[in-house]
Amino acid sequence: MKILKLDNSDLKTLLTRWNETRDLFSPVEGNGKVGWQRIEPLAFNEPAEGVPRASIKVFFFPQPETLLEYSTRSGDRDAYVPRPAMGKGRERIILGVRPCDARSVMLNSLPFANDPYFKVRKDTTLIVGFTCERPCSTCFCSWTGGSPMGTEGMDIAMTKIEGGYLAAVLSEKGKELLGHLHDTKEASPEERKQLEALRKQAQKGTGPAGSPAEILRKKALMDLYNATFWQKLADSCINCGACTFLCPTCYCFDIQDETVKGKGRRIRYWDSCMFPLFTQHASGHNPRGQKIQRVRNRFMHKLKYFPERFGPLSCVGCGRCIRECPVNIDIREVMRDLLSIQ
Amino acid sequence: METLFSQTTEAIRREAKDLLESGKVAAFLGFVKGSLPTVTRPFVARTPEETDKLVWNGLCVMNLANYLPGLLKSLEPPRRPGEPPPEGPLPRVGVIATGCWSRNMVIQIQENQMDRERLVILGVDSHGMIDRRKLEVLAGGREIQSLEETDERVIISGRDFKMETARQEVLRDNCLTCVHPSPVILDKKIGPTVPERRVHEPFARIEEIERMDAGSRWAWFQEEIATCIRCYACRNACPLCYCPTCFVDDSHPQWVGKSIDKTDTATFHILRAYHCAGRCTDCGACESACPMGIKMRLFTRKLQKDCLELFASEPGLDLNSPLPLTTYQPEDPDTFIIAGSKKQGTQGGSEK
Ligand code: SF4
Ligand code: SF4
Ligand code: SF4
Ligand code: SF4
Ligand code: SF4
Repeated sequence: MKILKLDNSDLKTLLTRWNETRDLFSPVEGNGKVGWQRIEPLAFNEPAEGVPRASIKVFFFPQPETLLEYSTRSGDRDAYVPRPAMGKGRERIILGVRPCDARSVMLNSLPFANDPYFKVRKDTTLIVGFTCERPCSTCFCSWTGGSPMGTEGMDIAMTKIEGGYLAAVLSEKGKELLGHLHDTKEASPEERKQLEALRKQAQKGTGPAGSPAEILRKKALMDLYNATFWQKLADSCINCGACTFLCPTCYCFDIQDETVKGKGRRIRYWDSCMFPLFTQHASGHNPRGQKIQRVRNRFMHKLKYFPERFGPLSCVGCGRCIRECPVNIDIREVMRDLLSIQ
Repeated sequence: METLFSQTTEAIRREAKDLLESGKVAAFLGFVKGSLPTVTRPFVARTPEETDKLVWNGLCVMNLANYLPGLLKSLEPPRRPGEPPPEGPLPRVGVIATGCWSRNMVIQIQENQMDRERLVILGVDSHGMIDRRKLEVLAGGREIQSLEETDERVIISGRDFKMETARQEVLRDNCLTCVHPSPVILDKKIGPTVPERRVHEPFARIEEIERMDAGSRWAWFQEEIATCIRCYACRNACPLCYCPTCFVDDSHPQWVGKSIDKTDTATFHILRAYHCAGRCTDCGACESACPMGIKMRLFTRKLQKDCLELFASEPGLDLNSPLPLTTYQPEDPDTFIIAGSKKQGTQGGSEK
């Protein structure tokens, strides 16, 4: 892996150049609300500690994604004939992405590997990550298979050091982005060592040792399913969508046609297993009609079904659901409870 | 340190334990400490031992009335649809109530969502609850890692800071304008009585918005809801929102689009607010629950002001006074419904 040493002016030059042909996005704080916004190159600030309130999934699962378009005017030659609505759009670079969010893109690529809409978003998006100097108390990336110094899912990973950044080049596209700097700004052996040391340090990480994904994969599904603590969670949960809508690895959707004045579109928009309608059958039967069943599903999906199917947990430990749940349901406690089931 | 909150916590634990031990209630609904310093967790104690975990403090912002109809139902012996409930009294629930929560309970009873007989209410006068968003602003984006609360002060600290402020400075907006801190229905009073509050200009913010011209008001509304993610935490935290299928979820007919289209989000907020008109107690749970820090409570606050001005009505203060929008009298103005009607003494409404 090639490591460069960039100073602040190198970064400014790069951002200005990138902005000529692509859109730049980064977390922006304003009005007490943090979100991802299009920015001017010189307006870029290093992101605040931890993750912004909204996750990076807003770029990959737009709310809504238009799948098809059609006309319902019978006079139109192509009335009722759907047209695919996949537009490529300009390339974009997302700056200041934390390792957990970047890793979520990689995890979401597992179930969405063959989804053309997701693929287009992914192909037109470059991720310039910033590793974490200081994790927040709700960060538990290391416990879920990531690390505050993680680089999975990134094209370039920036790590702050004295006098600038160490930039790890992680993909062909990342290399292209760096242009001539790629060949002129190589980090010294000392600087490489420094990065190595930071990575080792981070591996000490948080949370109990062992890989929860591995342990949970081996446990009998029904033992976890029938655990008694689900009732306690259901007692507190209000079944809103705050946790799942903020979560970078929650990707469930619903599809609907919207027709206004003869112009129609088929949209894919966020749905949540916390909502009763999520599993409602046309017959009226609902296999997850009770709150306890819905609460359980959110955790079982992330911590048992997904690992069984794909390997890793479907949680990157960003802590958003912990921070924003109005009733303080904490996935770390659920993980501990599940891990302690014999 | 001994504070009002710690004393009340002790008293709640004692009473709740008593209720469960004596079998007077099957469950007790309260709060326990959360895993983060600025949140508490609503909690159902089902055994006397579990009551040792109950807490009472300024972070108890979720309205417990919201849980009651569901909890009561879950305690009933299972039966098939249409089958009548068994003979004899059904299991009861003990619960803590402040002024606004008790008013929500009154409304739920009036709207036949639950039965007064099945509740044992421990009434606590509210000292006002803390707005964690205000704490976040105070901390200036640094992470709050611990919080201490006395009767008058709040102290927060993090990795490299410690700050102290008057509670008043970080109370929720709804608590700052609250004039009914004492529960209106209760079975036992816990802790000291707080005098009825006088608030200088309870609707100041609403009046400010009313004074805007239509264009700026619309711009303000759009800006306020711009970051809404349609997670419905505001709806789900609200004890008034108990419809089995909410209008936003209905698909036949579909009242409102499902994605975060501007018009759809605006429609959701306007309709949600109107469904709470004449019923909202300004408990602030909706605003406290919102992950995006949206001040949607202002919409219901406006309707509260209208109800007060038009019907001289504040909902939920009395089990025997009907809710303003669910009563009908023959002499009510109706020119806006019946074409051509010209009843005396009415105003507004179209002539068509
Ligand atoms: S969870 Fe890990 S990667 Fe994400 S912000 Fe926290 S420390 Fe960084
Ligand atoms: S866990 Fe929390 S955020 Fe998620 S649905 Fe339940 S109450 Fe809402
Ligand atoms: S489950 Fe929670 S901690 Fe895990 S990725 Fe989702 S929001 Fe982050
Ligand atoms: S609308 Fe908000 S303030 Fe009013 S009763 Fe519901 S949760 Fe409370
Ligand atoms: S809780 Fe906030 S983000 Fe969620 S629907 Fe309500 S206003 Fe929107």
